[in-house]
Amino acid sequence: MKRSDGRKPDELRPVVIKAGVVPNANGSAMVQMGRTIAIAAVYGPREMFPRHKKIPDRAALETVYALVPFSTTDRARPGPSRRSKEICLVIREALEPAIFLEEFPKTCINVYIDIIQADAGTRTAAINAASVALADAGIPMRDLVTSVAAGKVGKDIVLDIDMTEEDITKCDLPIACMLREKKITLLQMDGDLPVKDVKEAMKLAIKSCEELYKKQKEALKERWVKK
Amino acid sequence: MMLQNQYILNLASKGLRIDKRKQDEFRKTEVEKNPIDKAEGSARVRMGKTDVLVGVKMEVGEPFPDKQDEGTLIVNAEFSPLASPKFETGPPREDAIELARVVDRGIRESGAIDTKKLCIKKGEKVWMVFIDIQILNHDGNLMDAAALAAITALLGTKIPEYDGKMVNHEKRTKKLHVLFKPVPVTTVKIAGNMFVDPCLDEENIMGARLTVTTKDDGNMCSLQKGGSEPLVMEEIEKALDLAVEKGKELRKLVG
Amino acid sequence: MAEEKPAEKAESKAEPALLKKEREFVVPGEKIVKSMDYLPGRNCFREGDSIYAKRLGLVFIDSRVISLIPLNFAYIPKFGDMVIGEVVDIQENGWVVDIDSSCNAYLPLSGVREFIDTTKTRLSRVYAVGDLIYAKVSQVTDPDRVQISMKDMMSRKFRGGRLVSINPAKVPRLIGKQGSMIKLIKDKTGCRISVGQNGPVWLEGGKEDMAIKAIHLVEEESYIDGLTDRVSELLTGKPQEKPAVKPEEKPKPQEKSAPAVNVEHSSTAVQRKLNIKPEEEGK
Repeated sequence: MKRSDGRKPDELRPVVIKAGVVPNANGSAMVQMGRTIAIAAVYGPREMFPRHKKIPDRAALETVYALVPFSTTDRARPGPSRRSKEICLVIREALEPAIFLEEFPKTCINVYIDIIQADAGTRTAAINAASVALADAGIPMRDLVTSVAAGKVGKDIVLDIDMTEEDITKCDLPIACMLREKKITLLQMDGDLPVKDVKEAMKLAIKSCEELYKKQKEALKERWVKK
Repeated sequence: MMLQNQYILNLASKGLRIDKRKQDEFRKTEVEKNPIDKAEGSARVRMGKTDVLVGVKMEVGEPFPDKQDEGTLIVNAEFSPLASPKFETGPPREDAIELARVVDRGIRESGAIDTKKLCIKKGEKVWMVFIDIQILNHDGNLMDAAALAAITALLGTKIPEYDGKMVNHEKRTKKLHVLFKPVPVTTVKIAGNMFVDPCLDEENIMGARLTVTTKDDGNMCSLQKGGSEPLVMEEIEKALDLAVEKGKELRKLVG
Repeated sequence: MAEEKPAEKAESKAEPALLKKEREFVVPGEKIVKSMDYLPGRNCFREGDSIYAKRLGLVFIDSRVISLIPLNFAYIPKFGDMVIGEVVDIQENGWVVDIDSSCNAYLPLSGVREFIDTTKTRLSRVYAVGDLIYAKVSQVTDPDRVQISMKDMMSRKFRGGRLVSINPAKVPRLIGKQGSMIKLIKDKTGCRISVGQNGPVWLEGGKEDMAIKAIHLVEEESYIDGLTDRVSELLTGKPQEKPAVKPEEKPKPQEKSAPAVNVEHSSTAVQRKLNIKPEEEGK
C-alpha cells in the first residue's frame, strides 16, 4: 500500500532535530517531523514559584504545551485550552520517569513547548523536543524519551501519521518510550481497533523510535562537540 | 546587575557599547520568509540573539459596525515563557500588549493594507487578518524585530480561497495587496547618548526609548516613546533622522 | 599498572567491558561499561551489571572509576564553592543574595567579618541591594536553604569592573589544573579576575577584551586537546614556550575541581588535591 505522501507503512516523515535553538534557555531543541515543528526550552532546576508548590523530596517538573496561533489551518486562539492542558499533563508524565528528579528537591524544572506548525503528531514531536532539550540542559536522566504515533489506514498499521491521514485513520495511538529498557511512558489511543492491531501498532512504533533516538543523539552531539 | 549596568552606563556615556557596535549600528539581522506554510504568510527575524516569528492567518468574519465595508486587522503578541527566564505563563503582560499595539499602528496608520479591499460583502462578510507575534528568544528590541517580521509576513501573504461558505486554507491564490513597507527603528537614550537597536542589557538600563516607524517615502507613521526619562527636542530629532536612514537599510531586507 | 588491569581483563573477554572510549560523547542513558569491575563515579549510575551516563558529557576513565565530564548544567550550590551573587533583598538579620541558582542564598549577620550592631547600623550600609559580592557557600541544608559567608579570605564586595557569564560546567576548565588556566589569562592580560563557581566571571583592568575572548575560547573548546596552547596563542599571538613536551592534562570531571580563584590568593587557593569520589558505595 502506498500512503498519501508515498511513504511506506512503517516509514516516518522526514525528521530534523536541532539542539540549542533558544540561547536564553538552559537547554533547548527544535524537532521537525514532516510539517509539524515543535520548539522546546528547559529552564532550571530553579526556584519554585509559588513557594507552597515545592515538593519536599524531589524537583517538580512543569510542562507547558502551546499551539502558536498561526500553527494550524484555522487560527488557534492563544491561551490554554482543555486539549492543551491535557497534553501538558501527559507530556509531563511521559518525561518524569526519565529524570532523576530526586536529586533536586524543592526546585522546579520548567519545560516549555511551542508548536509553531501543527500537522498531526504534535504531542510526539513535543516529547521528542522536550527530551532533547532536557538532555541539552544537562538534567540528569535515566534515558532519552522518544515518541511516535501509530495509526491504521485501510488494512495497514502506519506510523507517524500526518494531517491527511489523521482524517482517515481508524485510530491514533501515540506512544513514548525509554528505549534502553523499552519502558513505555506515554500511551494513548482513540479509535476502533482489535487487540491484535493495538499490540502490533505498539511494537511497530517502538521499533521506529530507534531511528528517532539516533537523530536525537546526533543533534546533541552536533551541538556540543565541534567536528 | 548593578555593577554590570554601571559598566554599560560608563561605556554609553562615551558613546560606546558592550558589543562594540557603533551608536547607529544594528545587530546582524536576518529575515527568513514564509517558514510556516500553514500560515497564510509568515516571517522569522533574527536580530543578534533576538528571535521573533510572525504568522498571518486570514479568516472570514463580520465587520465592525462603524466600518461596514472594511476588513479587520488584529495584531496579537505572545511572550512565550520559552523565550526568556523572565517571561511567565498567563495572559499577555503590559509590554506584550504595547508591542502588539505599536506593530498594529505601524501597519494600520501607514495604510500598508487597504482594508476596503478586504471587504467581501458590505456589512456582512469581511476578511479578518490576524497577525500573531511569537517571541522565540528575547535579547532586546522586540519592537523592531516584530514589526519587521510582521511586514515581511504580510508581503508574503496569500489570500485563501473562499466560496461563500468555507475558507480553503490549503488553496491560496491571490496575493495580499500591500501598498507600503512600514519599518520601525528603535532608538534608546542611555547616559545622554542615543543608540539604535538596543540589546537586552542596554534595554534594562535605558532611560528612554523612541520607536519611529517610517514608510517607503520617509514619512513617519507611528511614534512610541517608552521609558521613564524625558527626551529633549534634539534627541527626538536625532531618533527621527536615524529612523529614516536606518529604515532604508531594514526595508531592503523585507524584499 | 593498576590503570591497565581492568582494560586487559576486558579485552580477553569476548565482549569488551568498556563500550565507550575515553572522552567519547555520551547522552543520558547510554551504556558505558558492562562489567562489575568498574565503579560509577560522578554523573554516572549503575543498573544491573552496567554503568550508564546520567547526563550529557564526555566519558572520563580513571582506573576503575567511570565518570563523566559534564558539558552543561544549571548551577546547584555546594559547600565550599566561591560564588558571585547580587544582593537582592535585606531582611532583619541578613541579606538575600541571587546566586543564579536553584534558589537565592542567605548571608546572615554571622557570616560577615565585621561586628554589626543592628541597633545602630543599617544593614544596607554594609551591603546594599544591587551590590555584587564574592562569597563562599557555607551551608547547604537543602537545595532551597543555602547560606553564604563573607568570612573567607577571598570574599569581597566588587567595586567597578565588569561581568561575563559562562556555563557553570566549564568553570573547572577555566580555572584549570591548580589554577593554571586562569593564571595564564591573568598573567598575559594583566586583568584582575574572580571566577564564581556558579558561572559569573568578574574582571577589571588590563586587556579586558582579550581576557574575555580567552574565557569564551575556554568555554567553547573546553573538551578539545591542546586548549592551554590555543589560549596562550590567542593571548600572545604565538605558541606557548613550553618547559617540556607534556600531553594536555585531562580535565577532572568534578564540578568542584578547584575552588574559585581570586587574584591575590590564586596559588594557595587551589592547592587542593583532586580526588574523584565514587558516588555510590560500590566497594
